[in-house]
Parts: sequence; structure tokens; C-alpha cells
Amino acid sequence: MYTVTLKGRGDLGEWRDAARAFLQGGVLPERIVWEAAGAAEGLFAAEPNHLPPPLPQIGPISVPPDFIKLAGAVICHSDPGRFSLLYRLLFRLMYQRRLLDMLADVDVVVARRMAKTVGRDYHKMTAFVRFKEIPLPQDSGGRRKFVAWFEPDHFIVERVAPFFQRRFNDMDWLIATPKGAASWDGETLRTTDEPARKPHLKDETEDLWRTYYASIFNPARLKVKAMTSEMPKKYWKNLPEAELIPGLIANAERSVLEMAAKAASEPLPFHHRLQEAAARAPAAPELPSGTLASLKEEARHCTRCDLHCMATQTVFGDGPEEATVMVVGEQPGDQEDLAGKPFVGPAGQMFNDVLREAGFDRRSLYVTNAVKHFKYEARGKRRIHQKPNMGEIQQCRWWLSREMELVKPKLVVAMGATAYFALTGEKQKLSDVRSKPMPMEGGRTLYVTVHPSYLLRLPDGEQKAAELLRFTRDIESVQSLARSFV
Amino acid sequence: MKKSLKERLAILSDAAKYDASCASSGTVRRSSAGSGGLGSTEGSGICHAYAPDGRCISLLKILMTNFCIYDCAYCINRSSSNVERARFSVEEVIWLTLEFYRRNYIEGLFLSSGIIRSSDHTMEEMVRIARELRTTHNFRGYIHLKSIPEASPHLIEEAGLYADRLSLNIELPTDAGIARYAPEKQPAGIRRSMGALRLKIEEMGDKTLQTKRTRRFAPAGQSTQMIVGADGANDATILGTSARLYGSYGLKRVYYSAFSPIPDSSKNLPLIKPPLMREHRLYQADWLYRFYGFNVGEITSTRADGMLDLDLDPKLAWALGHREQFPVDVNKAEREMLLRVPGLGTKTVKSILSSRRFTRLRLEDLKRLGVSLKKVQPFITVDGWTPHRLVDRPDLRAMFQPKPEQLSLL
Repeated sequence: MYTVTLKGRGDLGEWRDAARAFLQGGVLPERIVWEAAGAAEGLFAAEPNHLPPPLPQIGPISVPPDFIKLAGAVICHSDPGRFSLLYRLLFRLMYQRRLLDMLADVDVVVARRMAKTVGRDYHKMTAFVRFKEIPLPQDSGGRRKFVAWFEPDHFIVERVAPFFQRRFNDMDWLIATPKGAASWDGETLRTTDEPARKPHLKDETEDLWRTYYASIFNPARLKVKAMTSEMPKKYWKNLPEAELIPGLIANAERSVLEMAAKAASEPLPFHHRLQEAAARAPAAPELPSGTLASLKEEARHCTRCDLHCMATQTVFGDGPEEATVMVVGEQPGDQEDLAGKPFVGPAGQMFNDVLREAGFDRRSLYVTNAVKHFKYEARGKRRIHQKPNMGEIQQCRWWLSREMELVKPKLVVAMGATAYFALTGEKQKLSDVRSKPMPMEGGRTLYVTVHPSYLLRLPDGEQKAAELLRFTRDIESVQSLARSFV
Repeated sequence: MKKSLKERLAILSDAAKYDASCASSGTVRRSSAGSGGLGSTEGSGICHAYAPDGRCISLLKILMTNFCIYDCAYCINRSSSNVERARFSVEEVIWLTLEFYRRNYIEGLFLSSGIIRSSDHTMEEMVRIARELRTTHNFRGYIHLKSIPEASPHLIEEAGLYADRLSLNIELPTDAGIARYAPEKQPAGIRRSMGALRLKIEEMGDKTLQTKRTRRFAPAGQSTQMIVGADGANDATILGTSARLYGSYGLKRVYYSAFSPIPDSSKNLPLIKPPLMREHRLYQADWLYRFYGFNVGEITSTRADGMLDLDLDPKLAWALGHREQFPVDVNKAEREMLLRVPGLGTKTVKSILSSRRFTRLRLEDLKRLGVSLKKVQPFITVDGWTPHRLVDRPDLRAMFQPKPEQLSLL
């Protein structure tokens, strides 16, 4: 049987040295008694530990990095059983390399729970340390100095100290605890595991903090348990705001009742002045009616179907008022909906690429959609396009007709079945009407092709290349048709 | 007589408390260690205190001023309310933020404001506070700015350079509700601003051609808040709106705020105890939607009136309504189905998937993983346990329902 005494103040090094020796000496976990030196004994009284000689057949020891991480946290725990637990894990790791992934294993569960407790203690320290300022003589010009007192449950001071260094760089600070202290002076971060004494200081800013704490509390939502589970009472004695808690709880119900009992009072004069000013404010200057601009403005407020509540905005047509060619798509997509412009998303890019290849200037086209609001289904972080229904297309046809009346295009290009239906009121197989000029009402010519998003949906390969070529040919036909109309 | 700083702090924090968000997480890592200055952010935020309402206090949450030209019925700061008014100067907000931060009271600043003069004027002052904190004072803590609807794009753009998070409150789940209770607010305008913000965040997230680096712009994204229980919208409507907002604008969070009676309340609104349980259920449903693969239709399918069950959490309510899908074999089921088992959270499911590669799981194993056996037992099979006919029991619901209790008057 071996007995080993460690200082046990969160230092992994001393445990590792002893554990390595035991492991290399081939000592079974149940043959070691691990002890932590009591605070009273002091460290100097402890005799050097008696460790076994290494066995030659045991080579160098390697452990997974996860174990080092886990052990670094567990060693900070104040449970006296932590040393033997870690040794047992280490011993088992020698023949169960993936032990730490066996999350339902008893030792692993206990170790992980300890690490979690230490993590929580760490987190609470970063949260509940309260610095008080040490007043310096005026114009001393030096760095400001702050001191805090905190009582952690575990040996975490050295572990947490770098957090405070990262955060409070431009001031001097000292955090004193019964389990050690940490300090920073702008150059060196110092830590010790010697118990420190509680400093007594007053800081006037605490009064403002208490004012804030009391005012941000909503008495109508009293939930004391939710508070104490996150801010247990053991921390209260070192929190300047905690002295207010009993009073806030006691008065909560009364202040809510008082609030409810008070009838709403008459507004002050400035409210009436504001209301009058708002009523007098000139309405936005009206655009001359019968123009594309006024139609667009009107469409911004369209509520003819329910889509307006779901979409970001009306995406109206875009292009010159006297365009020869009007291109009609289906409806705006995700990007169009955000930007407020038609054909700017992936399908728009595809369309632009084909136009460029054909040497066709998009700026000469009037580009619009059969339906002016984006219809979609929200799925997680994305929006999935949904086909507009007949009712929506029919409601939106009103706008399309007005656009047609104002732009007076000679050639109308329907991209896809929805556009074809919106323009003609007929349902047809696209392949039956595609790629041939047809007469339409008003002496215009209608030309039907696919919607560019169809090409985007095709898997890469021969079919896609062929379809892309066919679409490009269509656009070229549109271009030569357009020339013949000028 | 001018009110003291303390008096104004009381007024302007009281006026800010109806905003639920206090998150300080999800931003980039920053530290003052290398650069000097003050402050750091480390991924997850820190709650520095909890008030007796159970809410965390992470940020200094204040209004710049509670004067407001708007008259939104649900708001304590509406122009027709008789609350005391006050305003902070830019310097005072900066001073309070830095002094509170130095004492480790807070993670940073959450600044909002009533609208004075114009949207742009208000937004300009808020941006100035953020800019001076960052540039003059080298402050590296967290900053959340509430954007003012209808403020100019260039101001929002500048705000995004200094703030970790920007938010815009949608306030009510339907356009009709907004028109009724917040007549000056334009729901379409709010959506347009959110859309513009998403585009900006995405644009800045793309690597630039010259430096091949992404630029920092509101790294903790955007969020919003909806008030629950002020208008008549049901939970299905509320969650549908959330889903649309998540999908459309890439929001990090939608906060639900149970409508809480406010001093000098408008006569149009219910003067009731805030529906806290309803708010809680909405948050649970929101989580199911975002992390558990449920869609809104499934979550709200359990009751005909589109409300969530107040007695049971939404996942349990769904499971009781879909008993044909249970029991689930914990040793075999796919992740998607495990996530639907009442009592198994995302972390537990991860642990189960990892553990079952080594061993077949039994009830004791689940217990060690921190699972409440009482809750999961009727819905699962593991080695050595089958619920027999437990899933079919007609009184299964009653087993989970809370015991009836006498309600207090308020």
C-alpha cells in the first residue's frame, strides 16, 4: 500500500508527477491512498512522498489530449476523491483508449460532472467578482487600482486569473479569496494559492449599481426561484446589490397592485402638440398619376392578396418606360425580396450571363414578374420558394396589365408557365408554346421560354449544357425579334 | 430642477426593462490583453447578476432618453403616458458603461432610446456613443444597439461597425396588430430594414477582393422582440411570424415578452398579470423549431385553437398526440427521432449517439447521462426496458400534468 500526500490546490503538476511514477511502477489504483495536505499542517511539514521504482518493461506513457484537459479541470475540484479518480481513469486509459468517449461509464460520468462543477465555479467567479476602487490622490496620473473579494468553492483562482487579465488590462487589480489570490499591474499576472484576507473598502459607484439593479427589476414578473438557481444565496454576501433583494421581493406585489389601481391619466400637453403636428405634417408629394413611378408607389402598398404580410416588400418591375421588350418572370425570390429589385438573385445572375453572351443589354429591357411578392415556406434558417396559386396570380395580373399599358412593349417574353398563364390566362405545356413568336392582344408579340431557375435546378451534365444552349438560342431569337420591331 | 444622475438612471433603466434581450453571447473573441484598453468578449456571455424576476443582468440596459414622439399603446414611453421623463448626455452613458464595466457589474451596453426629433437624430446620438466607446476609450466589451426604424442606411451601417448586435423590434406578430397599437410604426418598413441589415451582414461576411478577409459588422447578428398577450394573436400566429423572421432575415433570436402591465397604462390594453407560462411555452416551441427539427405546424397541431398547452411542454404535448411513433428504441433510432423523445435534449442525444457506439444502453446508463427516467420511460425502449402498454394508457397525460393548485388573485 502506498500513501501519497499532495498539496491539492489545483496544481495538476504535482499529481501528474506522482501518477506517472505509480503507473511506471505498475501500481494498481486500489493500492494507493491519495491525501490532500490539510491547511493546518502546512506544506513544509509534509514528508516527501515514497514512490515506487519504475518497472523496466513499462515504456513512456501517453494519454489522449482530452484526458489532460479533463484532469486539468477535475484537479481544481475540492473533493478529496479527485486524485484517486483521476488515477483510476489514467490506469484504465492504458487499455481502454477510448474510455473518455464512453459517456455513460461511471468514472467518466463522475469526472465529467466534477469538471462541470469546476466550470460552473469558474463561470460564477467571472460573473460575481465585484471590484471596488482604491481611491488614489487626485492627479496622481497613474493607473487606477481595484480590489475584489470572492469566495470560490474550488481551487480555481489560477485558472480564472487570465480571464481577468484579458478583460481588465488598463487597470491594476487584485482578487483576494480564501483559496488564493491573483493580481495584475499592467505587466505581470501574479497568482498564489495562499489564503488571502478580506479587504474592507467602500466604493460609491455601488450606489448607482444598486439603483440600476432595483430599477431594472420588473415586480410584475416575480420569479424568485429562477433567480436563486442562478445566483445562489451563498454568493449574496459579497454582492453589493444583494442587500436589496428581500425588500424588492416583499414590495413586489404591492407595487403591482398600486400600478393596476391607478387609472390612466390624461396625457400631458406635449402629447397633444405632437399629435397635432403629425396631423399637420404634409403628406408626401403625390407623383403625377399615370406614370410608372406612381404605379410603383401604389404597388408598394398593395394588399390585394395575403402575400404582402409575409414578404419584405413589393418587388416591382424595373427598366425603361419605353422599352420595346418586356420580360416577365414568375415571382421574386429570397434575394429579390430583400433587395426590392427583380432578377438579382441566382436566377437573375444566370439570366444576366446569358444576356451578356448574346450581347443583349439588360438595361434596354423592362423586367418584371407575374407576382410581385415572394411566396415561400420558412424552413429553419432558409426560405423555400413556393409556387404562387391561381388566385394570387390573378390578383397580381392587375399590376401586370397596368405595367403593360404604360410600357407598351412590342414584344413580351414569358419565362416559365406562371408568366405564360398570367399573360394569356391559358394553361399550356411549356414545350407546346416555347420558342415561337405568337400574336397576343394589343397587337403585341408573345415569346415563351423557360424560367432561368429551371436551368439552375438541373444537375450539372449534358442535359444542363443542352438546356442552357437552348435557352441562349431563345434569348438570341428574342434579340433579333426585338431588332425587327425597332 | 435638473434630476441627478442617480434619479435619471432610475428612470431610464426602469423604462428599458420591458426589452427582454440581455444576451451578450455569440460575438467574436476580443481581448484587451494585447492592445491595452478595457474589455473582452469570449463567445459565451456572462450574466453578472439576477434580479428577483429571474432575469439575468448582463448588460447595462438603458434608454438614452424616454421622451418619444411615438404613441405605441403597449409602451411605457409612449407620448401620451405620464411617466417621468429624462435624458442622458452622450458622455454620461459612456461614463456609466465604463465605470460599471470596470467593477465587473456588466458585459457591456444595451442602448435603446425613445425617438426624439427624428429617427436620424436619435440614431446619430446612439452611434456616437458606440463610436466613442470603441475609438476614444478603446472599449472591447459588448455593445447592443437598438436600431431606430426608418433611420438612414448610412447610420445603420456605421452602427454595425461598432456594435456587436443590432436589433429592431417587430413588437406585435401581425401587421394588423401593429397598425392598431403602434400607429406610427410601419411593419413593412421594419421588415425592409431587417432585410437590408441581413444583406449588409452577408456582404461584410464575404471576403474582400483586396485583403481576402471578412470585415467586422455586427458579429453577433440581429435580433427582435415580440410582445405576447397585448393583442389577440394566438401562438400559431406568433410562431409562424417567428419562423418567417428567422428564415427571412437570419435573426439570431426572436425574444418573446409577456405583456406586462405598465404604469399609466393605456385603456386599450389588458391590465393583467403577464402571461409568463405562455411566454415560457413559446420559448420552448421556438427551441423545438430551431434545434429539434419540428416545424411550426407540428408544434401547434395539438390544440384546435392554435394555442400551446400551458400544462405540458410542447414536445411532450406533441408526443402524447403522436403515440403511434413511440416507443423509440434508444439503441437504434436515428438522431431526428431521438430528438423528438420527451426528456431527451440535444446534448443528451449527442451523448447517446456517442455512447452507443461502445455499448448497448440500459436505463442506468441514461440516468447517468442526466436523463429524467420518469419522463422518458413511457416513450422509449432500451436494453432491459420496454414500456409495454404505457404509451397507450389513457391517463398518460394526467401523469405529466401538474397538480391543480389554488390560484392567487394576482
